[in-house]
Amino acid sequence: MNFIHPQFSLALPEMILLGMISIILIADLFISDKGRVVTYLMTQATLVLAAIATAAVMGADVALSFNGHFIIDPLASLTKLFIYLVSMVAFAYSRSYLIERDMYRGEYFVLGLTAVLGMMVLASAHSLLTLYLGLELLSLSLYAMVGLRRDSSQAAEAAMKYFVLGAMASAMLLYGMSMIYGATGTLNLWEIRDAVAEGSGHSLVLIFGLVFLMVGVAFKLGAAPFHMWVPDVYHGAPTSVTLFLSSAPKLAAFVLMIRLLVDALPALASAWSDMLVIIAVLSIVLGNVIAIAQLNIKRMLAYSGISHIGFLLLGVLSATPEGYAAAFYYAIVYAIMSLGGFAMVLVMSRQGFEADELSDYAGLNERSPIIALMMLFIMFSMAGVPPLLGFWAKLAVIQAIVAVEYYQLAVLAVLFSVVGAFYYLRVIRIIYFDKPTERRELKPANDLKVIFIANAMLVLLLGLFPESLMNLCQSAFIY
Amino acid sequence: MFSDMENLTLAIVLAPLLGSALAGLMSDTLGRKGAHRVTITGVAVSLFLSLYLFNHLVFAGGATINQSVYTWLVSDGIRFEVGFLVDRLTVLMMVVVTFVSLMVHIYTIGYMADDAHNWPQESLAGRNSYQRFFSYISLFTFSMLMLVMANNFLQLFFGWEAVGLVSYLLIGFWSVRESAIYANLKAFLVNRVGDFGFLLGIAAVLMYFNSLDYVTVFENAHLHKDVMVEVIPGSAWSLMTLICILLFIGAMGKSAQFPLHIWLPDSMEGPTPISALIHAATMVTAGIFMVARVSPLYELSETALSFIMVIGAITALFMGFLGLVQNDIKRVVAYSTLSQLGYMTVALGASAYAAGIFHLMTHAFFKALLFLAAGSVIIAMHHDQDMRNMGGLRKYLPITWITSLIGSLALIGAPGFAGFFSKDLIIEAVGQSQLPGSGFAYAAVLAGVFITALYSFRMYFLVFHGKERMDEHTRHHLHETPWVVTLPLILLAIPSVVIGYLMVDELAFGSFFAGSIEVAKSHDVLAVLGANFYGAFAMILHGLLTAPFWLAAAGVATAYVLYMRATWIPAMLAERFSWLHQLLLNKYHMDSLAAGIFGSGSRWLGMGLWRFGDTMVIDGWMVNGSARSVGWVASVLRHIQSGYLFHYAFTMILGLLGLFLYFIV
Repeated sequence: MNFIHPQFSLALPEMILLGMISIILIADLFISDKGRVVTYLMTQATLVLAAIATAAVMGADVALSFNGHFIIDPLASLTKLFIYLVSMVAFAYSRSYLIERDMYRGEYFVLGLTAVLGMMVLASAHSLLTLYLGLELLSLSLYAMVGLRRDSSQAAEAAMKYFVLGAMASAMLLYGMSMIYGATGTLNLWEIRDAVAEGSGHSLVLIFGLVFLMVGVAFKLGAAPFHMWVPDVYHGAPTSVTLFLSSAPKLAAFVLMIRLLVDALPALASAWSDMLVIIAVLSIVLGNVIAIAQLNIKRMLAYSGISHIGFLLLGVLSATPEGYAAAFYYAIVYAIMSLGGFAMVLVMSRQGFEADELSDYAGLNERSPIIALMMLFIMFSMAGVPPLLGFWAKLAVIQAIVAVEYYQLAVLAVLFSVVGAFYYLRVIRIIYFDKPTERRELKPANDLKVIFIANAMLVLLLGLFPESLMNLCQSAFIY
Repeated sequence: MFSDMENLTLAIVLAPLLGSALAGLMSDTLGRKGAHRVTITGVAVSLFLSLYLFNHLVFAGGATINQSVYTWLVSDGIRFEVGFLVDRLTVLMMVVVTFVSLMVHIYTIGYMADDAHNWPQESLAGRNSYQRFFSYISLFTFSMLMLVMANNFLQLFFGWEAVGLVSYLLIGFWSVRESAIYANLKAFLVNRVGDFGFLLGIAAVLMYFNSLDYVTVFENAHLHKDVMVEVIPGSAWSLMTLICILLFIGAMGKSAQFPLHIWLPDSMEGPTPISALIHAATMVTAGIFMVARVSPLYELSETALSFIMVIGAITALFMGFLGLVQNDIKRVVAYSTLSQLGYMTVALGASAYAAGIFHLMTHAFFKALLFLAAGSVIIAMHHDQDMRNMGGLRKYLPITWITSLIGSLALIGAPGFAGFFSKDLIIEAVGQSQLPGSGFAYAAVLAGVFITALYSFRMYFLVFHGKERMDEHTRHHLHETPWVVTLPLILLAIPSVVIGYLMVDELAFGSFFAGSIEVAKSHDVLAVLGANFYGAFAMILHGLLTAPFWLAAAGVATAYVLYMRATWIPAMLAERFSWLHQLLLNKYHMDSLAAGIFGSGSRWLGMGLWRFGDTMVIDGWMVNGSARSVGWVASVLRHIQSGYLFHYAFTMILGLLGLFLYFIV
């Protein structure tokens, strides 16, 4: 058997992460509760190291390794860098929340890091096998994180639902992969692409495989009608986990979709584009409409997330490089906004008080004008009010579908962002115009407050100067 | 002296604007003296520079100035600009506007001196009203200059609307008086009707010429001479007729031509200085100026010219009748203004644009004079405007008396006075016109001469001669008004006497307006008259032998008999012909017609649209309806989220099947 020595250096970031996870796991056993900050700092340091390594192996060229199962291209590297950044912010947000709830343990960080590792594998995957490997690594870590508070029935229920439905979705994804493999005889994405282009392989089998793949991807993204888990899990999980769950993994799921649809099956673009139209429309409509009826801010943000995923899909379904860039931009923007959105809940909460009901925000402006203003930025950005970041993301995807002449879809998207504006503005109304129900001074931890303000200001600044991030996203899709 | 004409023209328009801004925005800092000083300085600078330009263009033979100073926007290749076209027509208007404006500014110092009495004690609107008044009239001067100096239709429209706005503000200056509010709203609404036509006319120009620049449009006008358009499907109109009539509808509103004249008499609710400036001398002549300016287009449509002539003739004659029955001194002058505007319009219709502008100029001087004189009488009478309470004021107000007599003589066209030359020219020009309707117009303007003389001298005799009918208290306080009031009267009386004699040769028959006003050969009635013109003095001598002179003399004589000698006759006539008297008192029922049909009609329509369109359809169905239905849908859909795992799994399977179904079907 002819064994080609793989180019290990390309996978340096993943290897660093794996090594550090092992070290932290062992080290944490010897760290007392008081010294837990060491674990936290090691976690953040790991992500910094990984970022340095990723920047080092990053190049303009596309490089393959591990017999074609592993790829380094601009999309993979950029996604990884953003995943590190988002994860670091998410861990930083979590710290005080975890301390207050007696969850400040090594497991949280180790599970978080394995999820990051899963996302990294996913981002660099170049075969169906590595895609599935990365996805499962990510998913299993997340199931555990959702259920980290074993004594909370709400969290346990959420974890159970997430696990069962996630397993179903994984099964379907795997089934779809097997059909693609059966039709083309290969696992490698480019070989699949070439085989489909040549016309070998049964087209009906390919379509069936595609439908199953689509279900799996849509589930991971949380797109309707495979979104049912999203509100329950976001609601039931500890807020710090929700925050993590709603941000970085969306980036990974986006890459999963790009790898499967754009890298492997571009020949079926007309088919998956049609499916995505249905899924996108359902997501935008259901997400925005049901969000209106929510009184719990975590559930409201969950439905809002579903509608944002619908918008993101608009960019992908246009099946143009500009569209993919717009969707990538949307995914990053959504991750930033989602961090800010759930951080609102973290900022408001304290020991024994989750602050996840809308009424808890009444008259916040009188208690802390600066935090109220930052929340205003984030809500306006999610609603897509210029000049904030969210506006440019919506504009980019709508431009992408207008460019391919999906005018009705563009009109629908705009109309439902008007509907969506209603519930975002309602939060602002509650913050600014309702009478506060409690007068207690708001005292979030300093690091939490600083990062939150930086997060919201980023939404404003990147909105005022949208060029650089947009250009970065476009650079990932120049083939 | 000024090499840079761009800065010069800019300075002319901006000086009054600066004065207005200072007086208006810094009224507390400047105080009353400061406010009238800055505004008078601004207008004086404009007058001085306008006179310089007049000299430059008329006597030094300078070239016409046509330049754009600012491009507002470029859309679809069409430039929207601020620019100035200063030729002899413009410069004449500039001198008239700034001169009358300066006179009115000075006069206002005296007229508004105790304006505080016109406001309720603690009225906030009455604060700094003196400064505000000066700010407004300077703003008006700026707007009027923008209008006459425009080199494109857009800026013309800007000036047109800006003078309308200031007119609105000034008619309702005493905003605590209900009648003033009614009058300014009326003026505003009636002008809306006219401006709608005007705007459509400009739109038509833009649509067919792809430019709003005067020069471009006029140069290309002949290309569109034979274009027909179907506004209402099935009936084709000449494009030029359509554009000209639409533009003229604007002029009908602004220059108060029948049937859009109804706002002008009510505008007398405003303080007298602005009645003189805006509603006699300048703004109301904007329509006349506009038609003369756009003469290259009007010359291409005989239908439009006929229309203009007939409208003008109706206004000239029938508004004169109304002047006969008025007792308010200002209203008599107001109806006189309407009638004289009719004369100018008739001149335009007869293609005697030069005569129309000539009359515009002479009228500006003598009518401003008459208004200011009326104002002087009103000051002396302690703001009593009823002529039945006057009489014999001659000996109390000598300067006002003399200047009023001069103004009245100029108005009726006594030979030698300014009005004689311009009015005689119009009458003779109409007599020469061959257009349909010129016969009617000729009869109307001739009859109008008699009526004009009758109402003018009725007023003159009632005010200055005869028995003193005022109460003892008023009589005791009667004395001549201060110099700031009488000085403008004297300064306006001079041109009212001499300007016709000096200018008739050059303005009406010379080449003064060459290049500004175009007249088609077949319409050129003034050229026919010019062939028999042997100088101004000969014209006076000739005038003594013509019908207008004898009609005017008869009018004066009749007025003398009716109001000085046999004073019982008017009452007897009013009784015997009471239906006619009532008709005149009710102003031909035009007010009730407008209020009844248009006023109530549009209120009814608006109410209906509000109830049905706004409250029910937009608010009820669309805004609240969609919000409610979205809310309802949301409340239903949220129950799908049952919390049961098997429901969720089932939904996923349904979704999967749905996607399959989509591809299989």
